[in-house]
Amino acid sequence: MDRSIRELMNHLGLPRIIIILFFISICIMAVFLGLPTDMLTNQVLVRIGMNGVLVLAMVPAILSGTGPNFGLPLGVICGLLGTLISIEMNLTGFPGFFAAIIISIPFAVIVGWVYGLLLNKVKGSEMMIATYTGFSVVFLMSIGWIIMPFKSPEMVWPIGKGLRVTISLGERFAEVLNKLWHIDAIIPGFGELKIPTGLLVFFFILCTIVWLFLRSKSGLALKTAGDNPKFAIASGINVDNNRIIGTVLSTVLGAIGIIVYTQSYGFIQLYQAPLMVAFPAVAAILIGGASAQKAHVSHVILGVFLFQGLLTIALPVASSIMSEGNISEALRMIVQNGIILYALTKVIGGE
Amino acid sequence: MANVNKLKNKINNNTNFGEKIKDVVMNNIVTIIFVVLCLIGIKLSGLPIFFVANELVTRISRNSFLVLALIIPVLAGMGLNFSIVVGAMAGQIAIIAVTHWGITGLPGFLLCAVIAFPFAVLFGYLTGKLLNKTKGQEMITSMIVGYFANGVYQLVFLFLVGTIIPMKNNVLMLSSGVGIRNTIDLSGGVKETGIKYALDQILKLPIFYVLIAFSILAILYNIFKLTNRRGIVNRREKQNKSKDSFKYIVNMSMFAILLILSIVIVAGNTPLKNIQLPVVTVIVIGVLCLFNILIVKTKLGQEFRTVGQDKHIAKVAGINVDRIRVLAIVISTVLAAWGQLIFLQNIGTLNTYGSHEQIGMFSIAALLIGGASVSKATVGQAILGTALFHTLFIVSPLAGKNLFGDAQIGEFFRAFVVYGVIGVSLGLHAWKNRAELKRKLKIE
Repeated sequence: MDRSIRELMNHLGLPRIIIILFFISICIMAVFLGLPTDMLTNQVLVRIGMNGVLVLAMVPAILSGTGPNFGLPLGVICGLLGTLISIEMNLTGFPGFFAAIIISIPFAVIVGWVYGLLLNKVKGSEMMIATYTGFSVVFLMSIGWIIMPFKSPEMVWPIGKGLRVTISLGERFAEVLNKLWHIDAIIPGFGELKIPTGLLVFFFILCTIVWLFLRSKSGLALKTAGDNPKFAIASGINVDNNRIIGTVLSTVLGAIGIIVYTQSYGFIQLYQAPLMVAFPAVAAILIGGASAQKAHVSHVILGVFLFQGLLTIALPVASSIMSEGNISEALRMIVQNGIILYALTKVIGGE
Repeated sequence: MANVNKLKNKINNNTNFGEKIKDVVMNNIVTIIFVVLCLIGIKLSGLPIFFVANELVTRISRNSFLVLALIIPVLAGMGLNFSIVVGAMAGQIAIIAVTHWGITGLPGFLLCAVIAFPFAVLFGYLTGKLLNKTKGQEMITSMIVGYFANGVYQLVFLFLVGTIIPMKNNVLMLSSGVGIRNTIDLSGGVKETGIKYALDQILKLPIFYVLIAFSILAILYNIFKLTNRRGIVNRREKQNKSKDSFKYIVNMSMFAILLILSIVIVAGNTPLKNIQLPVVTVIVIGVLCLFNILIVKTKLGQEFRTVGQDKHIAKVAGINVDRIRVLAIVISTVLAAWGQLIFLQNIGTLNTYGSHEQIGMFSIAALLIGGASVSKATVGQAILGTALFHTLFIVSPLAGKNLFGDAQIGEFFRAFVVYGVIGVSLGLHAWKNRAELKRKLKIE
């Protein structure tokens, strides 16, 4: 018994144990401080669905051997482009939402393919290159958002040039998934439970698709290529191609992820907004138990629950203890980057 | 590595002059592109040359120290040290403390440097330890260290100051008594409250007069070196002699051009001659340049280089690789802390939660624009890079406005260039490394 606990501790690693304990203590504090637990639970559920797909995008990238996809802004920008085109086509509701996804996928495939070629050229330093590719593309597209010929008055500035910084989706497809099969139940002793069923179902469907893919023949090839490239070559698997497939999948999931995110958030955020989008996603999957080389779909679900749960609950807890400032922002930075640092110390090789 | 270079040199000597020029161009392509970009930018912005030059002198003296702080980790093979952000935080901790105590001017500045030192050593030590655990991924780690430290810094200065750390100061702290204000004025209106211009104001001279004096001295030094080489009998040095003489003559003629240019500007009575140079700041920067050059000649510097070239060989040669790497980061962090002090004494306002954030990236972009790479960086590249980078910074908003009718485009372009140049040089470096590795494997 004692040994199995120690094994579990070793397997989890100190930072993860700290985060889990921290999460539990914050939950207990929230109850004791008399915060509305029903509202917090509802918020956590929404944020799991909102951020889940972006975290899921990490899985194919990690498994194909390119490491956590710090280049997620590339996929996000494709998703934003799809959304903008969908609005330009004057679509609303579900057609608008799905049109955004369908339009963004070809962009994401092309971008992901080129990006995969790039990552194959720089094996060993993918994370750094990915980060800076993502950063520079965000600014390149910032120029793009100014000069692109969009016409829809909801999106462009009434005076001057270019797209607005935030565009409301209120009239379009804000919360279409959240409201789908929405369950509103009043539970005595707890309060009002609102479950965004559509959002969660969509997230779990994508999880299942990725899970099934990883069990298919091509998924196994992808995993082998990432896990042991030499063995993969010996078994006749084209490592470079599989890395590209992983990157393309990750980029496509990133594009879908941001569309899911924006529909739940209700606003499209352009310009510098996608700059740091990769870091919370990377942190979430790492908190869930993934490493820079291994990841499961279960890590995504657990990780997004822990990380988003922590952030959602920490905010009101912190502000009820301390009225001034935004302590949860500092906490987010410490937790998010601390777990990434921890994962980096576990990266094998280099020397 | 050294052998490869020798071989390369031999090959280069055998090929004709045209090839050589092509080689030089290809090796410095980044710098050349940026020189062209800067020239186009200056032309497009339509800014008066006096304004650009004046601004540039200020910015070079403000930022060079930080850029120079990056060189030693590159030497030690740890790549570009993004964690100079942590050093900058150490500098800011010192500034907050000294401003709180009300010590201003030069004494305040020197006290800042003293207080920042132990903090920077500690932070550098911890960062170095961490980087030893992540060999091969130093750059991404140092970048994340910066973000992580930023979180801790915010936690300390927003929530712990006034609660756990006792401090009372109505000017510096938020009205609730917990946390430091967003901006701290280092100069203050009538009464001096901070360290603004502590270093810059000691001595200011018109830059072109300084340049005239400097180039005369440099020419004299070169003549002295040239004439003093007559008595050499050592055979090997004799071989190098003609090459060295050539170098001295080239140096001399370059300084002569500088001298003539400066005299023309001073004599021509252009507004340019009124540009002031903060002499002491420049001397401090010069001292750091010398430090970076001279350290290579010491035992420690050689150890840095050995570790940088091959960790295994260094280990076999009896060098404590991990210790050397930690030392490189500690030195870099301390220099960054002082660099941030120089930066802030010129700016005059401390943006408590923002001044340090961009430091790492901007300094690294400047160094890379100067032609440095992940594995090689010199003092000259640092200074040249700073100049080019800041020229682009000064002109791009106006250039963007004049070209596209929108200043924002210029700003975005500038940011794109900053991130892009880092991405591209990292990519090229990784790609070259892989190509070399493949070639090695094939030979074996």
